[in-house]
Amino acid sequence: MARPELLSACPTARPGPATSAFDETQPQAKTHISAVAVERAYRKGEHKIPVLRGVDIAVRKGEFVSIIGQSGSGKSTLLHLLGLLDAPDVGEVALYGERIDDLPARARDQLRNRVFGFIFQFYHLLPELSVLENVLMPLMIRYSAWQYWKRRRESLDEARGLLANVGLGHRLSHKPSELSGGEMQRAAIARALVARPEILLADEPTGNLDVRTGREIMDLLTRLNGQNDLTIIMVTHDESIAQQAHRVVRLAEGRLEAWADAA
Amino acid sequence: MYKFLLCSRYLKTRYIALASIISVMLGVATMIVVNSVMAGFSTEMRGRIHGILADIVLETHSLDGAPDYAAHVRRITEAAGDDIEAVSPTVEVYGMLSFHYLGTWITRPVTLIGIDPASKAKVGTLTGHLGNYQSQTDKQGRVLQPALRPLTQHPDWELEKPYLEYRRTKQQNAPFLQDVVQEMPATAAGDQAPAAADDGDPFANERPAQPVEEVSPEPLKARLYVGASLISFPYEDRETREIKSKMMLQPGDDVKISTVTAGRPPKAIHFNATIVDTFKSGMSEYDSNLVFVNLEFLQEVRQMINPDGQRSLTSIQIKLKDFRDADKVVERLRAAFAPEVYSVRTWEQKQGPLLAAVAVESAILNVLLFLIIAVAGFGILAIFYMIVVEKTRDIGILKALGASSGGVLSIFVSYGLGLGIVGSGVGVVLGLLFVWKINTIEAWLTWATGIEVFDQRIYYFPSIPTHVQPIMVFWVACGAVGIAVLASILPARRAARLHPVQALRYE
Repeated sequence: MARPELLSACPTARPGPATSAFDETQPQAKTHISAVAVERAYRKGEHKIPVLRGVDIAVRKGEFVSIIGQSGSGKSTLLHLLGLLDAPDVGEVALYGERIDDLPARARDQLRNRVFGFIFQFYHLLPELSVLENVLMPLMIRYSAWQYWKRRRESLDEARGLLANVGLGHRLSHKPSELSGGEMQRAAIARALVARPEILLADEPTGNLDVRTGREIMDLLTRLNGQNDLTIIMVTHDESIAQQAHRVVRLAEGRLEAWADAA
Repeated sequence: MYKFLLCSRYLKTRYIALASIISVMLGVATMIVVNSVMAGFSTEMRGRIHGILADIVLETHSLDGAPDYAAHVRRITEAAGDDIEAVSPTVEVYGMLSFHYLGTWITRPVTLIGIDPASKAKVGTLTGHLGNYQSQTDKQGRVLQPALRPLTQHPDWELEKPYLEYRRTKQQNAPFLQDVVQEMPATAAGDQAPAAADDGDPFANERPAQPVEEVSPEPLKARLYVGASLISFPYEDRETREIKSKMMLQPGDDVKISTVTAGRPPKAIHFNATIVDTFKSGMSEYDSNLVFVNLEFLQEVRQMINPDGQRSLTSIQIKLKDFRDADKVVERLRAAFAPEVYSVRTWEQKQGPLLAAVAVESAILNVLLFLIIAVAGFGILAIFYMIVVEKTRDIGILKALGASSGGVLSIFVSYGLGLGIVGSGVGVVLGLLFVWKINTIEAWLTWATGIEVFDQRIYYFPSIPTHVQPIMVFWVACGAVGIAVLASILPARRAARLHPVQALRYE
């Protein structure tokens, strides 16, 4: 299921290289998003600190993958690379086998808006906006003021529906500061889903929540994964949370250590 | 869409940014007030100058003038007849005005201008300045005494009835007055200083008797419109602390005029003349210097009439149908009249140095005040930088959600634009309110501080004149908005360049 309409909009888009590094059990056609031999290093003054030292990962459509690792193992960096928030020093990121990390800025912005949904440990809701406005934000970014005005009803219905779906239907006009952590994370999930993304990237979604709320969030993610055929890549350091995914990938010292299909 | 939403939210929630635009606001308000007051002064002054001078003045270099008015008019009509509405001949010469007041002779240097009042009234606003055409009103604007002459009646050197009666009474009383003055004991004469009278005035015996002149009941042949400041002095009313002017003479009184003839060598001549009216243009330069005389008499007495009956004149005042054609007409007249003998100037050129000084003053003030707004711009820059730092995380989120760098840039630029519009909008309103109520504010300041802010004696205006030019208000507001936008661009660029990962890591 290629996305010619999206990639053809980007003049420099070109097919990626052969993805020989993938597990043979996963047919290439089914690969949704992949990273090939990505390396990333940060500079700290004179020193160059390598974070990722050649990571290969391929995720199938509808798969729920968790990336687990110690703090500083580079798992968040990998997630950022996959979500085009950052660019690899070496290696490639591909969507349906087509390279996307070297697209022009504008095309990457659009991919972030349409294909990826992000949720973060600290929820990252905009404090000035109400819950509903926060959820509408990706649609406001996608459409110009005039286009948005024309389809504001559908957008509002969509956002209200999603908020009801995550159990926040009664708190539409509240500010993020008036919500609990779990509620904020659910609002953030609604925001990530409003643009109907194909891939949800979650960076420690339960990291700041108590065990029970965390479990609720995980249940929600699992449900969304099952309902919508949504590909989810989740970063966590919590073994028990990670085990709820289909597959667990372990990162250590900038390399993938082990693959394990979840029970 | 998100740009406008966020921009309006930031406007509503970041009060610190509003603090930064207060300086823009004050700058805009100050600029509007200063410009309006300066324009008010300038307009008022120009109106007064223009009222006394005509649109264009054609003068001979010589005070002796040139003969044959009709020939001049013919030439003017030939050169630029289509643009000209009216012309008026005048004779200008320097002289002295002397009169007797409270026992002393008061002598003042004056410019004597011989005019034909009917045609003079057509080239300038002479009637508007003459006392007989003004009705007397009290402070509430109630008419105490209607004007002696309707505005439709041209000035014609006639002495108005009340003054004629005053003159007759004075004439009848003259012999009696003479006796009183001579017989009155010196001590009793000093009615203002009875205490001094006890000690005896040491100069009492030396005080000269007031010479009371022979007064004819009819006004003399020489008639004058005298500048009001020449025959009055300002004083402060002890009770109301208002500035009033005390007239030393009034229409119907006679004065002495001294000047020179046009012959070679010039001979001094003296004549008595009757004041028919006073004029007050509001320009102290004119009101304390000009004396209008009837043209025929001045030409006669200065021997400016040729043996064949041609009268000389020193200048011709010209009123145009449209003052915008002035430069063109001046060019044509300069071509028609030899520059060796005549100079042709518009009233603006004649008053060039004064008007230029006002223009320079106003330009410098504008530059200085605009610098104040520019300083406010740096305040905005600093506060915006702060806001961008504070909003780093939000910028990261927006980028993660797909906002482009251009979009983030435009959030902050439109934020600056919004602040600029709010600041200059409020500034414009404040400034206009201040201009509107400036005299009330001045009165309040005077009352509160006890210091007269606007001294009528100095400025010669009953109240602060203002003139709001919409185009000036527009440009000031635009300039302020422009500065706010410029100041927001640098921080906005910084926001746009933020790397989303680094922005999100910021906790």
